[in-house]
Amino acid sequence: MFEPIRLIGEAALRKIARLGQASLFISQVIASLPMLLRRFSLVVTQLYEVGVLSIAIIVISALAVGMVLGLQMFYTLRDFGSEQILGQVVALSLVRELGPVLAGLLFAGRAGSALTAEIGLMKATEQLSSMEMMAVDPIKRVVAPRFLAGVLSMPLLAAMFSSVGIIGGYLVGVGLLGVDSGAFWSLMQANVDFYDDILNGIIKSFVFGIIITWIAVFEGYDAKPTAEGVSRATMRTVVHSAFAVLAFDFILTALMFGGN
Amino acid sequence: MSSDIILTIKDLQFKYGERVIADGMDVQIQRGKITTIMGPSGTGKTTLLRMIGGQVRPHAGSISYEGKSIPDLGKNELLQARKSMGLLFQASALFTGLSVFDNVAFPLREHTKLSEQMLSHLVLSKLEAVGLRGAAQLMPAELSGGMARRVALARAFALDPRLMMYDEPFVGQDPITMGVITRLIKLLNDSLGMTSIIVSHDVHEAMTISDYVYMISEGKVIASGTPDELRESDSPWAQQFLRAEPDGPVSFQYPAKDYQSDLFASVE
Repeated sequence: MFEPIRLIGEAALRKIARLGQASLFISQVIASLPMLLRRFSLVVTQLYEVGVLSIAIIVISALAVGMVLGLQMFYTLRDFGSEQILGQVVALSLVRELGPVLAGLLFAGRAGSALTAEIGLMKATEQLSSMEMMAVDPIKRVVAPRFLAGVLSMPLLAAMFSSVGIIGGYLVGVGLLGVDSGAFWSLMQANVDFYDDILNGIIKSFVFGIIITWIAVFEGYDAKPTAEGVSRATMRTVVHSAFAVLAFDFILTALMFGGN
Repeated sequence: MSSDIILTIKDLQFKYGERVIADGMDVQIQRGKITTIMGPSGTGKTTLLRMIGGQVRPHAGSISYEGKSIPDLGKNELLQARKSMGLLFQASALFTGLSVFDNVAFPLREHTKLSEQMLSHLVLSKLEAVGLRGAAQLMPAELSGGMARRVALARAFALDPRLMMYDEPFVGQDPITMGVITRLIKLLNDSLGMTSIIVSHDVHEAMTISDYVYMISEGKVIASGTPDELRESDSPWAQQFLRAEPDGPVSFQYPAKDYQSDLFASVE
């Protein structure tokens, strides 16, 4: 009778213990960050791997999302005779929500999974162990530069997503559907607030960057050193990151825009 | 006398679940000598090297390296101690994203402030010693198993360690590479004044170059001595191992219930 309760309790305790492990791990990573000031080239390399190589998927997806958003919003707004505010609606949707969230989900799939697989494979092939035996701390040398690069890349990628998405909305709204170009830009300029909208979007993407990269590097470092273990860790990174982004998006949205 | 001993392992205890790796193991490694630790596969020889390197903590007992208790060292002290150790991994463990040159240069770049020119000279001299100077610009994926092992060897002794550990250095090598690695271990040990620990179950190669041999089974040292002493030993463990006999004190079969009852269990 009590077995199901016991099993739920056991699973909950395991999750809490794992969260504790992840917290200890990230505290070690954060303590290693000052060292990177002296060896910033390690971060630059990872900024390329994590950030620059994610640009293609971000730009293409953002363009598609912006165009669809422009199209859908235009038909809805036209029913109310308000199609001139298309620029404002597209911009607010992207800057507040879609930019950070969709960029986060894409970032988790592209860069997060790659980080987990790379670190997990380094563990499985004893590269991390060999580093330890060469008196080099893998957390400082391998994990910390990747974590910092992920945290720095994510807000930039989200900003890029929002910007390209707006261009997509412009191409469809102004280029195809005949919305006035001046109204598109001026209403956007007048109604998108830097602090309330843009800055909050940046804060969101920064938080998502921390969460996704934390999950990715922890899962890689904690992966079972087998092919199956690395595969499962990579899958967990994508799934957990997606859930975390959506959950934190709700919390942050409630905190940031709840009073409006 | 004590300064002749670089490493002392006393009453070491360690288990992986129910599997006993060390059960009161005592080992002493003499400075400047080549000591081989032999034993059947799965007896925990690699784990023993990891305990010496501080990557695995023993459950009880002591490991004293140059007077320092390895299990009691803090993270930074352990990193310092490891600067004077080298470990050749069984799987070579080369960094797949770095070239052969950069793999060997890695520990030098991390721990020294040498100019690139000086670093290049040192790396090329290490690669020359293992016969792979010409492969400096290759990537690990382009190397054969034997070449990867030699690059890993060059990397392991890049910082001129005082204690060099080899994890199954002869496994999976063709006879020529095996001979090359055997000679290299002996040459490096003698010319650089290092102390070497070889973990192996390749009897012939290990006995050829070793000054002293420990044979371990079921977590204990079952025989020890110079290669000549062991050849003449009347220990049944030592003789089974040296003569490669399939059965003896070390059973060929993994512990299991009766064969017939296992076979007919499904019929009944």
